[in-house]
Formats: sequence, C-alpha cells, structure tokens
Amino acid sequence: MKFLKSPFFWIVIAVSLLYAVYPKLGNNITLRETLVLSAIYVILATNLNLMIGYTGYVNFGSIVFFGLGGYLTLWLIGGYGWNLYAAVLFAGVVTSLLTLALGFGILRLRGAYFALATIGVNEAVKDFVSNFDKWGGSEGIFLPFSTYKSMGGAVHALWTVYFLIIGVMALSLLLSWFIKRSKFGLGLFAIREDEDAAIVLGVKAPVYKAIAYSVSAFLPAVAGGLYFFKNGSIVPEEAFNLHLSIESIVMVMLGGQGTVTGPWVGAFLYERLRGLLLTTPSLSNFHLVIAGVLLLLIILFAPGGLMGWLYKRWARVRGVLE
Amino acid sequence: MSTPILEVRNVTMTFGGLTAVDDVSFNMAEGEILGLIGPNGAGKTTLFNVINGVYKPTRGNVVFRGRDITGLPPYDVVRLGLARTHQIVKPLNEMTVLENVVVGACFGAENLGLEPAQYVAEEVLEFTGLLQMKDELAGKLNIALKKRLEVARALAANPRLLLLDEVLAGLNPSEVAKMLDVIRSIRDRGISILMIEHIMQAIMSLSDRIVVLNFGQKLAEGTPDEVANDPQVIEAYLGDPEMAKRILEEEEA
Amino acid sequence: MLQIFSSVMDGLLIGLVYGLAAIGLTLIFGVMDVVNLAHGSIIALGMFFLYLFFGAGLHPYLSLVPVAILGFFFGVIVYLIAVKRIISGPPLMSLLSTFSVSMIIIGIGTALWSTSPYNINFKVETYNILGYTVTSARLIAAVAAVLVTFGLYFFLYRTVLGKAVRAVANNREAAELMGIPSQQILAISFGIGTMLAMLSGALIATLFPFTILSGGVYELKSFVASVLGGLGNPTGALLGGIILGLIEGSVAPFIQISWTNVIEFVIFVLILLFFPTGLFGGRK
Repeated sequence: MKFLKSPFFWIVIAVSLLYAVYPKLGNNITLRETLVLSAIYVILATNLNLMIGYTGYVNFGSIVFFGLGGYLTLWLIGGYGWNLYAAVLFAGVVTSLLTLALGFGILRLRGAYFALATIGVNEAVKDFVSNFDKWGGSEGIFLPFSTYKSMGGAVHALWTVYFLIIGVMALSLLLSWFIKRSKFGLGLFAIREDEDAAIVLGVKAPVYKAIAYSVSAFLPAVAGGLYFFKNGSIVPEEAFNLHLSIESIVMVMLGGQGTVTGPWVGAFLYERLRGLLLTTPSLSNFHLVIAGVLLLLIILFAPGGLMGWLYKRWARVRGVLE
Repeated sequence: MSTPILEVRNVTMTFGGLTAVDDVSFNMAEGEILGLIGPNGAGKTTLFNVINGVYKPTRGNVVFRGRDITGLPPYDVVRLGLARTHQIVKPLNEMTVLENVVVGACFGAENLGLEPAQYVAEEVLEFTGLLQMKDELAGKLNIALKKRLEVARALAANPRLLLLDEVLAGLNPSEVAKMLDVIRSIRDRGISILMIEHIMQAIMSLSDRIVVLNFGQKLAEGTPDEVANDPQVIEAYLGDPEMAKRILEEEEA
Repeated sequence: MLQIFSSVMDGLLIGLVYGLAAIGLTLIFGVMDVVNLAHGSIIALGMFFLYLFFGAGLHPYLSLVPVAILGFFFGVIVYLIAVKRIISGPPLMSLLSTFSVSMIIIGIGTALWSTSPYNINFKVETYNILGYTVTSARLIAAVAAVLVTFGLYFFLYRTVLGKAVRAVANNREAAELMGIPSQQILAISFGIGTMLAMLSGALIATLFPFTILSGGVYELKSFVASVLGGLGNPTGALLGGIILGLIEGSVAPFIQISWTNVIEFVIFVLILLFFPTGLFGGRK
C-alpha cells in the first residue's frame, strides 16, 4: 500500500470529497451542475492524455467513447430495464473491447493519419447512430421519468449520479497516476518518444498502444453513461460532438500533456474560462475567438502547458504532483 | 563443438527490385567478436535489421542459440537475448538518461520490474561511464554520449549477443579509445558481439573474425589477417579509393 | 435509367468542386506535412467573401477573382502567424494551431454574420439535355473547378516558382541546400492551398445556401477525398472528390441520403487502414 504515502493520492481524495460534499451541504443544484460539467471535462481530458500525452498518439475523436457509453447505457436501461450500475459497467466494458479491436487496426497509422482516422471513426459512428432506428435515429433515446423511481425518485437519483461522476473523476486521476508510475507507462512513454527505438528495446508497441487506447475509452464511456442518464436523454449530435473532443485536447494542452495533474488543472480552468466567457455579455460573442487565441498562444509559446512550465521552474513540484 | 550463438543461413533481402542482401551465410561462436565490414551500401545495416527482426528476410533463416528467429518481431528477439544499437542514434529525447536505460532493462531479456530495472540501469550506467549524467535529458547529450547511451540501453537488456552498428563513427580519437574499452569489457563479460565498423584499425584489432560484404554478397570471411590480404577484398575496396588508402595505411602501420 | 444518369451527372459535377477543396488541403499537406484543420472555416470564409463582393454589386463569377487574391494573402498571413513557428514540431502542434485558427475564424464569423443561412441570389439558367436537367450554376462551378486545377498544374510544372514548391515538397533540406528560400515557398504554398479552399467555398456558395459553420461538412469531405487519392497528391484529391461525388450521386436514388455519410466515413477509415497512400499512390 505504498500509494497511501503519496501526497498525490490524498490530494485527489481530498479534492474529490470537496467536490462531492460542498454542493450537497448547501443543496446547491446550480453549483452541482457546474461541477458535473467540470468533472466530465476532467474525466475526458485525463483519459485522453493517456493517448496524447503518454503514448504520443493524437486522438481527435475521443468523444466517441463518451457517446457510445451514453447510448449503450440508455439503451439498456430504457429498453431492457437494467439498473444503472450494471448498465454503465457493461457500457464501459463493451466500449473498451470495441476500442481494443479498433486499436489493433487504426493504431498502425501514425501522426496525422491516425488523427484523421479517429475523426473518421467518430463521424462514421455518429452518422450510423443517427440512422439507427433501434437507438431512435436522429431523435435519440429518452428515458421515461419513471426510470428514476427505482432510485428513490429523481432528486435522490440525480445526487447519486453526481457522486458517481465525482467517483469516476477520482478514478480517472488515480488511473492516470498509476499508469505513469508503472512499467506499462514507461513503455508508453518510450513509444511516444520513438516508437521504432522502443520496439527494438523490447516494448511490444502494437499491444501496448492498443491497451492504452482501450483503457482510455473505459472511464469516459462510464462517464457518458452517467451523464446522459442524468440528462434523461441522448441525441447523436450531443453524444458524438466532435467539438467537445477537440476542446478536450485544448484542456490537455492547457494543463500540460504527459503530466498527471496537467489535464486536471487544464480541464478545470477551461470550464471556468468557458463559463466566464459565456456569461459575460460583452465577451460571449467572442468566446470562441478568445479560446482560439489562448490555444494558439499555448501552442506557439508554451507547448508544455501550465504544468510543463511549472515543472521547468520548480522541479521539486514534480515529485509531489507528477 | 557447441551450438553457434548465431547462424545466418542464406539470407536474402530485396526491396522492390533492389537486392540489398544476397544469399549471405555465416556462423558466430559464443563469446566471439565478429566484425562486419564493407563499402557503403553493401547491405550491412540491412543485415542487422534482418537479424533483429526489423525486416523479415525475403529468403533464408536467422538462428539464434539454436532457435529459428526468422521474422520474429524485434521486441521478441530482444527478449531472447539479442540486443542492438542504431547507426543513427535514437535516444528517447524527453526522457532522462537513466529512464532510457531503465526501458532497456525493463523490456530486455530479464523482463524486469521497475525497481530491479533501476538497479540494473545504474550498474550499466556506471559501467559505461554515464552515471554522472543520469538525470540529464537524453536529447541534450552530445553525439559521443548518445552513442554510449545506445550501447548502455542495449546492454541493460542483458543480451547474450550484442549488435553494434557503427558505434565509433563520428567520435574523436579519445572518445574512440573510451568506446573501445567499453566494447572490450563487454566481451569480457562473456557477451558475443557482432559489429559494423568503418574504422579499419579498430575493427581489425578488436575482431576475432571478419565478414566482408560487397553489393549485398558475402565476399570473404576469416581472421583479420586473412581478410586484409584477400585479393578480392582489396579489389572491392579499390573501387572505394578512400577505403583502399586507409587499408594500405593501416597495413603499413 | 434517366434518374440514375441524372444522379451520376449531378455527382460528377459537385464532385469536381469537392475535388478543388480537397486539392487545397492535400497541397498543404504534401508540401509541409500539415493537416490544415482550419480548412473548413476557410471554405466558409470563401463563401462569405463571395457574399460580400456580390453584395457590393459585383457579379458572383467576377467576384471569384478578388476572393482568390484575398484567399492567397489570408493564407500567407495564417502561415506566418500560426504555422511557421511549429512547422518542424510534432504533428499534434500543427493540428492544434490550425484548429485554433479555425476557432478564431468561426468565432469572428459568428459575431459578424451569426449562424443563420445566407445565399447568393443571381440569375441561373436551367438547361435540359436529353431529359437531364442541370443549372448553369452547377455547370459553371464544375468548369471553374477544372480550370483552377489546370491553372495549379500549369503553375506547379511550368513556372520556376511552382518547381520550387515541388522541390520543397520533395525534400525541404535538399531544396534549401540548392538555394531555394524554403520559408517563402512554404508561405506561398499555404497561401495557394488557402486560395483553393476559398475558391471552392465561393463556388459552393453559388449552389447552396450556407452558414459560417457550413465549412465543416466540406472539410470532412476534403479529408475523405484527399485520403482516397493519397494525402499529398493533388490529382488524386481531384479524382477522390469525383469518386465522392459519384458515390453520393449513385447511391442517392437507392438509399436515404443520410446514409451516404456513413458509407463515406467507413470508406475513409478503410482506405486509411488498407491503402494509406490512397488509391492512386500518395507523395513519395
């Protein structure tokens, strides 16, 4: 139980508890909804970082995991009366396995080709689901209000889902941290730096990449299930929104790719910034412009992101936060 | 006689219409240093790539310690105890020197966990004289140190056979001398070495035997003396005046 | 029978315009290994530039000239600001920097024109050839796309500057050793790619209503077309565009139009997997 001694572990637990308890104490629904979004962003960015930051493969279509998880969950609950826990777990596992199979194919592509293929996969799935009558086509799936009854009514169910989402956020961060400190993570970083060299050094790159890809799909799929269950409905445009995929990349870059804390900080800041831009009347028209300029500045002048910049200045921080 | 550590049997490698390696065969005994020489474009590095599994040969077999490893991917080959360095160094730039070598130890023949790999890596760094810069980023090293890092990484895999691809090229005389010391001590550890080299003096003095490639074919094989006096070899190198001059100079010396 | 013929012809004509858009994308990739994610927003900008010149009283087809010039300089500026600094970095950097340009363009575009649809209202003839009905706008758009492509080829193969572009595409370092100022060539190439994207956008604007977000669809079609033809290969991209148009046209009578996208993206991923250099061979 060495991890119990690590400050990072306790920071994650403390922040997650704070997330969970604070809105509940004041029964503050608005705050809860803001934090849901923030937590979802953290989940998406942190898992995406396993591919972009750890393995060096730019997944532009990571949102497909989130959407597929959402669809599978709502389909199982709405169509077959599964309970929420079983449904999200099943959705996570199925999405992961599909991603594993897909990974053995498209991870043979490198650089821009892989990025394009991931966009293609997301768009293909979105267009397929839009036409798939079993899943309601472009109308999507609606959960009847009675679904929440078995969870002690809607109010209670929504709080439960909220705590679960916070739990998934904590798990994402811990997973990312464990991988970074593992032999598996070392292999991934070697692949990121030079895949051919890594292979010659003995890293089973095709398998490692596919596993990383598959792992990076699991928790986002679970989160998608929880999120759309909370909303009570899902439509293709929202589930497979390529834009959110790319925003997740922005969060990873903003915080610092390849670090554990970076995507967390990046997602949190991005959510705050987005909220600020959208709610300030004079800025709301320009929120895309401002976000774009910010992204451009990071890429041109601070490609290591916030944490990369911080670690360069204070190397000691790195030991604590990773 | 015991099983050879490496048997290359009738290996041919073609790319499209081009034959880079043409029906090459040779054996290597355990503990031997075998030099692989030949003019530029003779197919030496291609042969290395076939041996460690980067390429699957068009025809022929590679047998390592009695086991046919033809077409096995490189990550499986290194697991069996056959490691290599690259002519064009491939450091993992954004990782430290230590981390680079830990990768070698982790994924090498011993398949070590992170912690034992750490010890092995430190030991190898000490052995190759890189320990002082273990926390530097590998990308920041100069070329001589990068070459040594290549060797250290391969060594950390705990190989029985090490393929060294021009580890002396681009080094100044004192760096060459240091590297030669390292190579000799590797051999003293009982590791067999197959090395490509252009610096004739070095390879003549280090190798037990030498294989000469020319236009993808094996031209000659024998002790350094035999090879240096082989009229065919001299003729082949006369096509490369620079090399011929070097050989002649070294003969005089 | 006639219906199928009409669909195929429609597909061919629009496919040429897709092809032009795809050439803009593939040229930039071919010369500098940058996948331009601002491509779609630049196409949309081409639509709105045409709208502005048209609004100022210029005939839509005459407006293509200033749109082209604006497009070129716009591309050069984008290159200098957003691409030049990271051109040698990992692919993620150029993907993101061009994407940020896209966000900025769409952001400003939305503020200026909202996201509601616009169209270019001008007199369009309708011809009937052996029962096949076609508008002059479609014919002219297709012909214009072909002419621009010919122009590009003339430039690349018959002018000194064009040859320099090809040299840089082939091997930037070698070209520099031969004294070709590669930075200028890269800027010019990005300008030309952008110009082609804007022209295709302008041509599309003469056919269909558009919004500032319309570029996204055509960006994805450009990806599919250029991957079909082999990324980096302009002829391939044009053929890829035609294939795309033909697929859309020929399946239209048989299945619901919304399924064509699924087919296109599945083909796209399969081509990437099994023919990564495209159907006609990519660069190098």
